[in-house]
Amino acid sequence: MSGIPLEPVYGPDDAELPGQFPYTRGPYASMYRSKLWTMRQFAGFGTAQDTNRRFKELLRSGGNGLSTAFDMPTLLGRDSDDPLAKGEVGRAGVAVDTLADMETLFDGIDLGSVTTSMTINSSAAVVMAMYIAVADRTAVARTTLGGTIQNDILKEYQAQKEYVFPPRPSVRLVTDLIRFASVELPRWHPVSVSGYHIREAGSTAAQELAFTLANGFAYVEAATAAGLGVDEFSPRLSFFFNAHIDFFEEIAKYRAARRIYARWMRDHYGAADPRSMQLRFHTQTAGASLTAQQPEVNLARVAIEALAGVLGGTQSLHTDSYDEALALPTEKAARLALRTQQVIAEETGAAHVADPLGGSWFVEALTDELERQAEQVFVHVLESGAGSMLEGVLACIEDGWFCSEIADAAYRFQSKIASRQWVQVGVNGYTEGDDGKTPILYIDPAVEDRQLERLAEVKRSRDDDAVRRCLGRLANEAADPTVNLMPALIDAAKAFVTVGEAMHALESVFGTWLEPSFV
Amino acid sequence: MLARRVLARRPLARRVLALRVLARRPCDQAARVVIGTQRSGNPPVRVLLAKVGLDGHDRGLRVVARVLRDHGFEVVFAGLRQTPESIAAAVVQEDVDVVGVSMHNGAHLTLAPAVVRALRDAGLETPVVVGGIVPDVDIAQLESAGIVAVLGPGASNDEVVAAVRNAAQPNH
Repeated sequence: MSGIPLEPVYGPDDAELPGQFPYTRGPYASMYRSKLWTMRQFAGFGTAQDTNRRFKELLRSGGNGLSTAFDMPTLLGRDSDDPLAKGEVGRAGVAVDTLADMETLFDGIDLGSVTTSMTINSSAAVVMAMYIAVADRTAVARTTLGGTIQNDILKEYQAQKEYVFPPRPSVRLVTDLIRFASVELPRWHPVSVSGYHIREAGSTAAQELAFTLANGFAYVEAATAAGLGVDEFSPRLSFFFNAHIDFFEEIAKYRAARRIYARWMRDHYGAADPRSMQLRFHTQTAGASLTAQQPEVNLARVAIEALAGVLGGTQSLHTDSYDEALALPTEKAARLALRTQQVIAEETGAAHVADPLGGSWFVEALTDELERQAEQVFVHVLESGAGSMLEGVLACIEDGWFCSEIADAAYRFQSKIASRQWVQVGVNGYTEGDDGKTPILYIDPAVEDRQLERLAEVKRSRDDDAVRRCLGRLANEAADPTVNLMPALIDAAKAFVTVGEAMHALESVFGTWLEPSFV
Repeated sequence: MLARRVLARRPLARRVLALRVLARRPCDQAARVVIGTQRSGNPPVRVLLAKVGLDGHDRGLRVVARVLRDHGFEVVFAGLRQTPESIAAAVVQEDVDVVGVSMHNGAHLTLAPAVVRALRDAGLETPVVVGGIVPDVDIAQLESAGIVAVLGPGASNDEVVAAVRNAAQPNH
């Protein structure tokens, strides 16, 4: 502000620089000077039409990436007319049953010029196939499709619990999409390896870091086992971390993640392309840090967490809305969340210099310590998998190890709050002044009925023979693990096969998963 | 893992019951496990904890399970993807005093009353406590549907314990 000329990065002559192995200080040399992070706000509720309107509003207010939240039935591969979907249609995200919904969702938006993030996992391949079908039918070249699909099933078994099939066939679906994208979708990120949900489920920062990277390495092993060269797909892998409230620890976590990843990709997996060693990540502020008490205080929390993400060198960022501990965000709250990022980008000067905390004795020591703790976890996982990270992660899912580690950490934190070792403003301290009058978003219960009518209409007008043929082919191809399921899924989408029908066809071959019994 | 260790300290009869439940778990629902320590004197309050519907956010439920265990309750942990009917069936089998359901999916107005109805249809008066993300304005509607207490985000351990204890009062 005062006109002091700034260098793009600071440090002694022999310092590691951003854009240099092991990338502790950032994946790129010039960081935000050449490209600001993408402000990507997650949105989705009601019918495809409702969410399409919110998307357009976000694009108008200066957001430059779309991010889709699906409702719970879609996330679990169930149609809106499934008995278990009752009460959940369009509640926590948008309902997508068929290609018709996907077309409405992106109506009037040029898929070749925006980037889209889709947060979906167990039914990711089915929904991705629908997105590709929308592009095909609107004459957008597949090679121009840019964006990310979360498609990270491993953390579902560990934390978010939105799984359908057992782990092994699920990993095959993930791998199919990676293989497909490496040939057909050069601008697409086919997996976003996500620590966010692990942290939200109550893990520590070190557990989030370690479990996420272990999952990432597991996918690398799965994709190479499927015949891809490590440098063919790794440049398109991306990560997704939480930005929690413990400011310096979070910044150290991002730095440690980049360093560990670079070393492992080069030394264990033989990556030679620098892009295969550069960990790129999306960040979302911590929903679990938000309080229902005095919710306006969450604006301060979100700003601090977002700043940690930026100082830690994130490539894209979602800021939570202050009312999210109460309900889905209102439009005003969502706009304030976006404005928070704009303040950081435009007013604070935080984007001028790469890794501004690099060289801080405190942050460097925390970075080293988190790396050390993560390596300890890798030792346990590798032992469980007889030297394979993929087998180790699967073994630790099957014996409930990840889940109990996370639940124990969540309980330790809750005990700190109960004993006031940790003060959470408005919850166990400074509790006066809560007027309890925050307006919240209401989802019209009629959404469910509208969506059911829409689905019935699609089912009436489609070609039932084509649907049957597509489902038969899906089941056949699912039974042969060498076949990539993506082409069959895209053809099914174009025949207006529903998400639930496609998932049932796969389930008939793959079976379902039950969580091991533990508390 | 934790559950199995605690289980080993339980009196034999209850262990057999819990193991029986594990052994014949139906294929469409997760197994139940029982945690908590048998104390001398009054029998402990037995609480069934479940997520109902498709929502997988089980952090709160698992923390509550540990909090209740540490306050002398016996917890029957039914876990994820339960239906109102599977909850009612478990309450019958496990002789439960209180049902706790956790909801973070915005479907509480549909699903929580359905749990109460399923219990009443099974001839049970078991009180139901709801925890999770429930807007204040919905609480009255839940109460009129027979929910005895609603615990929102940030409810303290003491509030959780008091709510469950009060809910169990008529029986203890």
